Amino acid sequence: MPAATLQQEQRRLKWAMLSPALFFIIAMIAFPLFYTAYLSTTDAFGAVNAHRSFLGLTNFSDALSDTRRFWPAVARTAVFTVAAVVLELCLGLAVAMLLRRPFGGMRWVRTILMVPLLATPVAVGVLWLLILDPTVGIANHLLGLVGIPPQPFLGSVAESLPTLVLIDVWQWTPMMTLLLLAGLSTLPEEPEEAALIDGASGWQRFRLVTVPMLMPVIITSLVLRSVDALKTFDLIYATKGPGGGSSNEAETLNVYAYGLTFDYQEYGLAASVLVLFTVFIVLIVIALRRRSAKDQP
Amino acid sequence: MLNRRGLLKAAGVGAVLASTGLPLAGCGNSAGGPDGDLRVVMANHVWTTAIRKRIPEFADLARRRVLVSTMTADQLSSTYNVKLNASAPDVDVMMYRPLQEQLLFARNGWLADLTDQVSGEPGYDWADFQPASRERTTVAGKVFGVPVVTERPTLYYRRDLVPDGRPPATLAEMFDTAVRLHNPAAGLHGFVGRGQRAGAVTMFSSYLYSFGGAFTAEGRSGIGTPEAIAAYGYYGRLLREAGPIGATNMTLEQVTPIFAQGKAVFAIDADAVYRNFIDPATSVVGDRTGFGAFPAGPAGSRPFNVPSWGLTINAFSERRDAAWEFIRWATSREMVLALQAEGVPGARLSAWRDPAALAKFPPELAASMTASIQTGVGADRPDVVQVGRARDIVGRPLVASILGQDVVAAAADASQQLDAFLVRDARQRKI
Repeated sequence: MPAATLQQEQRRLKWAMLSPALFFIIAMIAFPLFYTAYLSTTDAFGAVNAHRSFLGLTNFSDALSDTRRFWPAVARTAVFTVAAVVLELCLGLAVAMLLRRPFGGMRWVRTILMVPLLATPVAVGVLWLLILDPTVGIANHLLGLVGIPPQPFLGSVAESLPTLVLIDVWQWTPMMTLLLLAGLSTLPEEPEEAALIDGASGWQRFRLVTVPMLMPVIITSLVLRSVDALKTFDLIYATKGPGGGSSNEAETLNVYAYGLTFDYQEYGLAASVLVLFTVFIVLIVIALRRRSAKDQP
Repeated sequence: MLNRRGLLKAAGVGAVLASTGLPLAGCGNSAGGPDGDLRVVMANHVWTTAIRKRIPEFADLARRRVLVSTMTADQLSSTYNVKLNASAPDVDVMMYRPLQEQLLFARNGWLADLTDQVSGEPGYDWADFQPASRERTTVAGKVFGVPVVTERPTLYYRRDLVPDGRPPATLAEMFDTAVRLHNPAAGLHGFVGRGQRAGAVTMFSSYLYSFGGAFTAEGRSGIGTPEAIAAYGYYGRLLREAGPIGATNMTLEQVTPIFAQGKAVFAIDADAVYRNFIDPATSVVGDRTGFGAFPAGPAGSRPFNVPSWGLTINAFSERRDAAWEFIRWATSREMVLALQAEGVPGARLSAWRDPAALAKFPPELAASMTASIQTGVGADRPDVVQVGRARDIVGRPLVASILGQDVVAAAADASQQLDAFLVRDARQRKI
């Protein structure tokens, strides 16, 4: 067989083998993305396939000038993500440092730590909703035993977002611990030993030796958890219902976009919010990746 | 050797397998087309529990397998939105909320027109359904659904705690008693009711009507009127001064257990779910729970009386005839009577006239239901296409009131927003 024909045949075979994956990517990723971008420029309402008119960037300007729902949702998304991820990083790092050296019963401790990761966010939401119910929940019952008055928790406008952050921390700190523990296990011991001989205290060794060496892993963990935390939906919806609560006190961008789609059927505006949300996420990931590249030796 | 045609074939087969592999695996051996299985989607509701037991009877009669899926009201709504937006034919009979979804779904062309079936079917007797229920399932002269459950608010009260063991006759009397008996330190609240912005709107409607207000009047907002502001003020104060903490996060899911665990003197919620309040399996106060008609406000007792759930047919269904057979069977005079005799309030007048059908209800509850039917208003939320947004708007002053904020300002702001919304919504009403 001539070499040119063989090459041609191999090229065709390559495309034939790739085609299912390509089709899947186009159908499941590219098409929804482009269709959402297209919908965001229309006045689609009621049904996606109903008659719609081209609006250009009107939906975007409507969303960006909405100080009642959109910008507060952006702020809550940022507050929720930063608070949850920072707490998870601090606690995750502390637990990872504790679990770094072998000790008796370590396997049990590690297994127990992983339990929250196994539950789905909706189940976690319902579980905490029952625990924190202001009237019949066990949390207020326990607080009452030590003389603390009942708290509204998720029933309060002011306490809802902090409570949701704590639930997220409860569920996802083990994930951070796992990632950081994996990073710690790959660090060389010599720099720490050298610092010890030079008389550095435990805190100095941690701050000036361990953390800088662990920084690439910390940044990667931050990127992974931040993207996940930005997208949090099920936990908030399961505990606060539509609109993130009666005063929209826990409404993040995801919850807002869901409400526009399924409660209001305003598909054009919802699509524009989702496009803006995607742009925000991409910008954050780019910023974190740049920071990570700077920290690389 | 793989030539161009071979390449295209391989790519095509690969792509088709990739795209259809999972659905095929999920289909099992269920049949499609007009003779296939009938797919019924229902809400988690007492009506569903009652009818589900009888579905094998229908399957035998129709000689067809009936596949039933159940989900919560919100899940149901989202599922319909996704499936019907995709013109999916894999749902035949849909349980739906006529007051929440009908205008929108009908406008979108998602519901089959049942006018000929309900009026042309010998012996079906469409006129036997309550006029308000018929009106709510009819849009622009076309019937899009058949009501299966009707609901009214009823007053649940603790007979062992209220004076003389009798329900209060007026809202003012209920307020005074609730505040007087409210003792959170002892784990007892004077009143428990829904407080979540959109979720509370349906129950709040009865307070609004009983204060002489309305959500809308002649196409304009009615929530800025003195009557509406008084109703908002009353309900907010009731929950603030006699209700549990965290009331703005409360829906039926929170109200029922609080009352059933003996932690509230009064509760007002739908009569169709009365069993949840008194079932010995979940309630410790079932034997001490009384029922009363909705207490009178300044404009009298004006509770809502609505068809909360109905059955309709997916316009994209391939089994519309079979779907109608199912609806006809499930809403026949005999079936409604049988279900009502089991404690599920239906929409047929004949069932309400039959004393045997009311015998299953506690006598006080039956009296409350009958009274509410006489004075009831046929809507419990704004009658608009975009009900979700309207509920959020009219619910805002309610939340402000519960939180002790300025109700007048909140109502004025919401009223202005509702006026602008109604203009936009009117343009969407074309069916």
